[in-house]
Amino acid sequence: MARSVTSQRKAINTAVAWAVGLLIFFPILWTILTSFKTEAQAINDPPLFLFFDWTLENYTVVQERSNYMRFLWNSVFIAGGSTILGVMIAIPAAWSMAFVPSKRTKDILLWMLSTKMLPAVGVLYPIYLIFIQFGLLDSRLGLVIVLMLINLPIIVWMLYTYFREIPGEILEAARMDGATLREEILYVLTPMAIPGIASTLLLNFILAWNEAFWTLNLTAAKAAPLTAFIASYSSPEGLFYAKLSAASTMAIAPILVLGWFSQKQLVRGLTFGAVK
Amino acid sequence: MATKASRSAARVMMAPAVILLLGWMLVPLTMTLWFSFRKYLPLRGGDLGWAGFDNYTRFVTSSAFWPSIQATLIIVGAVLLITVCLGVVLAMLLDQPMWGQGVVRILVIAPFFVMPTVSALVWKNIFMDPTNGLFAHLWKFFGADPVSWLSQASLPSIILIVSWQWLPFATLILLTAIQSLDSEQLEAAEMDGAPHLKRFWFIILPHLARAITIVVLIQTIFLLSIFAEIFVTTGGAFGSKTLTYLIFQRVLESQNVGLGSAGGVYAIILANIVAIFLMRIVGKNLDA
Repeated sequence: MARSVTSQRKAINTAVAWAVGLLIFFPILWTILTSFKTEAQAINDPPLFLFFDWTLENYTVVQERSNYMRFLWNSVFIAGGSTILGVMIAIPAAWSMAFVPSKRTKDILLWMLSTKMLPAVGVLYPIYLIFIQFGLLDSRLGLVIVLMLINLPIIVWMLYTYFREIPGEILEAARMDGATLREEILYVLTPMAIPGIASTLLLNFILAWNEAFWTLNLTAAKAAPLTAFIASYSSPEGLFYAKLSAASTMAIAPILVLGWFSQKQLVRGLTFGAVK
Repeated sequence: MATKASRSAARVMMAPAVILLLGWMLVPLTMTLWFSFRKYLPLRGGDLGWAGFDNYTRFVTSSAFWPSIQATLIIVGAVLLITVCLGVVLAMLLDQPMWGQGVVRILVIAPFFVMPTVSALVWKNIFMDPTNGLFAHLWKFFGADPVSWLSQASLPSIILIVSWQWLPFATLILLTAIQSLDSEQLEAAEMDGAPHLKRFWFIILPHLARAITIVVLIQTIFLLSIFAEIFVTTGGAFGSKTLTYLIFQRVLESQNVGLGSAGGVYAIILANIVAIFLMRIVGKNLDA
């Protein structure tokens, strides 16, 4: 913004904004701090802020007791698998809609979006039955498929908005030079589309990682990802605040880091290009 | 520019995505519709035949139905009100020049990336627990009796948790919209001596109208189906049973699939009413 601002006003802005920002971030900060306390310190009255005996004990206990790594691997497998599979299916679709649009393109895009609006609970039992029928209940493969399907509309939309920004003249030039459709996609389009594809992968990985309806309802012991692992802490035994905090910190840390890179894509991806 | 060959190639390339989504939509939907007209109790005899509209009338006349609609509307309405109002204020604040803007933005957005089960459990235990929670400590410090939040004030508690999760989303989208505002227009108004409130009311707010509508519609669709936040906090007790949760209980907990499916059809209709408005806006944007 070009407006000149007195440094006094800037200082006030800074103070207010930081206060609000820290207030909103506080639950996360507090969880991270609690994860380094002992169980007794975690429930100390008055609460201990920074001056306590920092310990890593909770992290080792969580890993030993509940085999955290297995849940982590399930999360990575399910979120990663569903995202990559979704992008592979969506790239050709988004490509054709962006570069060979027809009268029906808009209708198809909107119809895809409408499948995203279907409330999951309305189809819970059919999916449950289908899963039993095909032996997919509590399997990673089953969740990869379901999460791929629920995120596919967003993936197609995001890729479509990115592809549409690639100038069509370049493709025409490539075609005039005799490039085949395959070459066109591989050597012309892909390099220009990689930033958009990367953003799409990133945002949808985050969405799949945090998905907590299907992952809770379709898994038990074997395929449960971190969402279900954390939910198992809802009926705890004994003192568990520090351990809950450690488990939570481990579950959200990777996504918080990825999330910082995806702020811009978040807006585009979740508003279906309606706000840029 | 498109040739006939490229058109048919385009169709082939679209096919996998279209067929998959079509299957994903039609197969379960047809099954839900079918079940909703059957008396279907998997653990007590299985499919016991045609039921007509029995499930539909029984679902809406059950004593749990209206309270669930009420809880759903209160949660969705309150969260929308809180996130949009605070979102506008926060977006305007973050748009001001300041030191460390990038860091503040990250702090504000962070809750959106916390998985729902984590935020629900952290709030439930570490903040709202009546004996060891941080709120209890705070209340005792000021000499008040600690409140057992999730049983005595279940709806406000859930609204607080969900608002905390969705405030970043509203803020981020409104901030993006504010940043696209022509600053010359604001400067002109400032030079003409328009006071802050007038500038906000006549320039900023109209500019944000579309973004606010989009926030409201998208959040409504997600909020109508919040699940984990209730699943791990109250389990639907203390008047916090939403329509989504009621259907979940009918289908999976009491295994009354016919009744639950009829509820599912209601939920689908409800979501579609919201979806139609959203699609209109998104569709208009496609033409532009």
